[in-house]
Amino acid sequence: MIVPLIVFFACAALAVTGAILLILAREPIHSALSLILVMVSLAILYLLLGAEFISAIQIIVYAGAVMVLFVFVIMLLNAGVEERTDFSKFAKFAGLPLGFFLLIEVARWMYGASAGSAIVPGADAFTQAASTRALSAELFRKYLFNFEATSILILIAILGALVLARKSQ
Amino acid sequence: MIIPTSYYLVLSGVLFGLGVVAFIFKRNVIAVFMSIELMLNAVNLAFVAFARAHQQLDGLVFVFFVIVVAAAEAAVGLAIVIMLAQNRESLNVERVNLLKF
Repeated sequence: MIVPLIVFFACAALAVTGAILLILAREPIHSALSLILVMVSLAILYLLLGAEFISAIQIIVYAGAVMVLFVFVIMLLNAGVEERTDFSKFAKFAGLPLGFFLLIEVARWMYGASAGSAIVPGADAFTQAASTRALSAELFRKYLFNFEATSILILIAILGALVLARKSQ
Repeated sequence: MIIPTSYYLVLSGVLFGLGVVAFIFKRNVIAVFMSIELMLNAVNLAFVAFARAHQQLDGLVFVFFVIVVAAAEAAVGLAIVIMLAQNRESLNVERVNLLKF
């Protein structure tokens, strides 16, 4: 039963490759496509973790709605090749090492934090508990107020986008 | 065979770090936005991994809320990007320096 491990490493490699391509791409549309690669491989990882509902909304909301919005704006603005500007000396000599230090430190800390939480054998039990039915019970009972608050948030976002997009007279 | 939670967390940390690097290095304002989405995705992976490790559903509910906030943020942010592109006629973040010291 080594298959999950192979799937995990394949998806992890795809996700990291997509993230690196996002940084290296000169055209915004290429960045957007590599970000979609990252999101789809993360959706497969969620399936592997037994969270089907999260995997589905990752595809529908993220890879679908949000990225379509991004691609739409890129096409609308006809965004071409990114201009390169010189880094300041401070960014070159202090920023890069500090950035890599942060990367290593975060990875090390997370590895240490997870060493204590031993792996639970009952992945099947979790898959059963994390079914969409159980998740919806949690969402609509325990987190009902938060759920309603997000609808207000979305309403405000729609109004904000409308106000910004309105033609100024 | 069960994959250790630490594998997921290291992947999440690496993706978050790459998101930070992209946020700092990219000059196109849309690409900067996309690196924020990358960081949010990395955090979501950590949430789901911890949810499985602790057998709690709260992590999954939190991922749901993070996705909602990310969608709202993308809608408003891209509207701002369009306004910016119309006013400045450039997508380079270096050109947006009115408040820069």
